Amino acid sequence: MSNIQALTGDSSVAQAMRQINPDVVAAYPITPQTEIVQDFASFVSDGMVDTEMITVESEHSAMSACVGACASGARVMTATSANGLALMWEIVYIAASTRLPIVMPLVNRALSAPINIHCDHSDSMGARDSGWIQIHSENAQEAYDNTIQAVRIGEHADIRLPVMVNLDGFIISHGMERVEMLDDAAVTKFIGEFSQPHPLLDVDNPVTYGPLDLYDYYFEHKRQQVEAMSRVSKVVLAVAEEFGKLTGRKYGLFEKYKLDDAELAMVALGSTNGTAEVAIDELRNEGVKAGLLKLRMFRPFPVMEIVEALSAVKTLAVFDRAISFGSFGGPLFTEIRSGYFGEEKAPDIINYIYGLGGRDINVSDIKNVFHNLADGKRKPVNYLGVRE
Amino acid sequence: MASLKELSKKEECLSSGHRLCAGCGASIVARQILMASDNPVVVGASTGCFEVATTIYPFTAWKVPYIHNAFENVAATISGAETAYRALKKKGKITKDINFIAFGGDGGTYDIGIQSLSGVLERGHKMVYVCYDNQAYMNTGIQRSGATPCGATTTTAPAGKKITLGKTQSRKDLTAIVAAHHIPYVAQASPSYWNDLIKKAKKAFAVDGPAFLNVLAPCPRGWRYSPEDTIGIGKLAVQTCVWPLYEIVDGKMEVTYKPREKKPVTDWFKSQGRFKHLFSEENKEHLGKLQEEIDKNWENLLKSSE
Repeated sequence: MSNIQALTGDSSVAQAMRQINPDVVAAYPITPQTEIVQDFASFVSDGMVDTEMITVESEHSAMSACVGACASGARVMTATSANGLALMWEIVYIAASTRLPIVMPLVNRALSAPINIHCDHSDSMGARDSGWIQIHSENAQEAYDNTIQAVRIGEHADIRLPVMVNLDGFIISHGMERVEMLDDAAVTKFIGEFSQPHPLLDVDNPVTYGPLDLYDYYFEHKRQQVEAMSRVSKVVLAVAEEFGKLTGRKYGLFEKYKLDDAELAMVALGSTNGTAEVAIDELRNEGVKAGLLKLRMFRPFPVMEIVEALSAVKTLAVFDRAISFGSFGGPLFTEIRSGYFGEEKAPDIINYIYGLGGRDINVSDIKNVFHNLADGKRKPVNYLGVRE
Repeated sequence: MASLKELSKKEECLSSGHRLCAGCGASIVARQILMASDNPVVVGASTGCFEVATTIYPFTAWKVPYIHNAFENVAATISGAETAYRALKKKGKITKDINFIAFGGDGGTYDIGIQSLSGVLERGHKMVYVCYDNQAYMNTGIQRSGATPCGATTTTAPAGKKITLGKTQSRKDLTAIVAAHHIPYVAQASPSYWNDLIKKAKKAFAVDGPAFLNVLAPCPRGWRYSPEDTIGIGKLAVQTCVWPLYEIVDGKMEVTYKPREKKPVTDWFKSQGRFKHLFSEENKEHLGKLQEEIDKNWENLLKSSE
C-alpha cells in the first residue's frame, strides 16, 4: 500500500516525523528548516501525533532538552540548519558521547558570515567529528526514507548513536516533488518500540548520566564510541534491505550510477547527484565513459567500499560543497584521497569546491568538469563557478 | 512539617563520601531540599562544584537518578526529562509520580544559564530549579559572576592598587528576574534557616508549574572563612539583610524572616576574607554606600510585601 503525494523536502520530513510519532520533539525554527517545525506543530495541535513538543528558546536548548528526554527513555527528534547547528554545537557532541539515538534532520545551509540562508554543506561538515551518524539525501523522497531508516539505525542495540539526516536547503527542502509515502501503520511496525537500556526515569534503578570522566577512563569511552561507529555500516545495510523489501526502494552506503565501466567519475553528496545523473547520461551519449558514485553515508565514511568501487576509474572528480579553510581541499576530497594512500590502483583525484552559499550547479557545469578531467594541466583543488 | 528528628530518618539521596569541601554550603542546601520531597526525585546538575565533586567516574554519590549535561543547560535538560515523563506517563509506560529538580550554581544560573532557565520558566515545566548561590565561579577558582556582590575580591575582579574595591558593580537581582516570569512559586532561602528552606522546598514541589529557589550557599574557600562557620555565615547574611528570606506565591510577596535587630553590614564584611580590603583607608567611603544599598533593598522588599 502506498500513498503518493506532492511534497516539499521539509514537508516530506515532517510527514516522516508524524509517522514516527516520537515521544518528544524539541525544536526551534530556522530557515530553511522552519517548515519541518511548523508542519509538525500542526500535527501536535491537531492531535495527529502523541508527541509532547517543546518549543524551546534556542537550538542550544533544543539539543539540551533532547539529551534530557532521550536519556529519560523517550524517542526524541529535533531538526535544524546551519547557525542553529552551530549554536547547539557543544551539546551535539554530548548527545553522541552519551550514546543517545536522537534523530535530527539537518537542512543544509551555509554558515555565517556573511549571513546566507542557502545551501551548502559547511554546517554538516563542521559536525563531522562530533560522533553523529551522517546520512545524505538526493531528493525529498530520500529525505523521507532516510528519516525513517535513521530511527532504526541510531537505536540499534549495537550502535546507540544519534543520526543527522541531511537534505539540501531550498533545493530539496523547498522544492515540490513526488514522494511515495508508507502507510502510518507500516512505519510504526518498521521502527518498532524504543527502549533506552538504562532510562533516567527508572527511579527504582537509579543511574548517573554525565559524570566527570578523567584521564583514567575518558580515553576508553572514546574508544568505545569508535567501536560503535565501526558497526554502523553493517546496520545501515541491514536496515536498507528491510526497507527495500517494504518499499521497493534500494539504499546502500552509496549508489553507483553507470560506474562499472567508467573511466571518468565523480563523487558528490546531496541534490547535486540528481543533476549529475543527467550530466552523466548526456556525456554517455557523447561517448564519454562517465560515471557517478552518489555518496549516502558520510559518517561513518565507507572508505574501503569507496576505494574498491572506484579503483578502475582513471580520473575522479570529488565535489565538495564545503571548504575546510587551510586544508588541502574539501572534506570529501581529503577523505577519499587518504583512502587511496598505499593502494596500487588509484585514480587521479581532483577536487572541485562548488555551490557555496547556494550558488547553482548546472548540468553544463558538471559536463565541463568531465571535459576538463581529460586535460592533464588542471590543479588538484579547483573552485567551480566562482568569479576569481 | 516534619520535625528535625523525622527528617533525620529520611533516606539520603546524596551519600556521604562525595568530594565537596568540608563546610561546603551547596551540599547542605541540596540535602535539605531533597529531604523535602515526598515523591521520588530525578536530579539534574549544571557543570560546577556540585557536579564534579559528586560524580567522579566510576563513582557516584547519587542514590537517585541524576543527569549532568553541560554548564548552561541544566534547566533545558531537566525540561526534556520532565517532558519525556509526561509523554511516557500518558502512554502508561511510567506510573509513579516524580519530582524534577535542577541544581545550578550562580554562574550556571545568573550568567551562562539564564536563557535556558528563562525558557523553562516561560514554558511552564513542572520542575523545581535550585540556584545554590555561592556568589562566584568557585569550581574554576573564585572568578566574579553576576551574583558576586560589590566589594568582594575575586580572581577576575581582584582588589588591587588602582581598583581597590574588587568587584565594583552590584549583583544581579536574579530572584526578581525569575519572579518577573510570573511563575507560581519563587523564594529566596538560606540553609542556616533549615525550617524555612524545607518549608519553601515543599511548597516548590507542590505547585503545578515551575518553581525557583535561590539559596545562599556559603563557600569557605571562596569567601575565606573557616569551614565550621558555614551555618553561622549563612545566618549572618540574613541578619544583616544581605540575603533576605522571602517568597512570592502566585505573585504575592512575603518576607518570611525579619531579623529582630538588623546587624550592620560591616559584621558581614568582617566575617570573610573576601571583604578584608574594604577596611583599608582607601575603601572607607565605600562601606557607607554599601550599607545604604543594603538598607534600600531591604526597605523596598518590606514595602513590596506589605
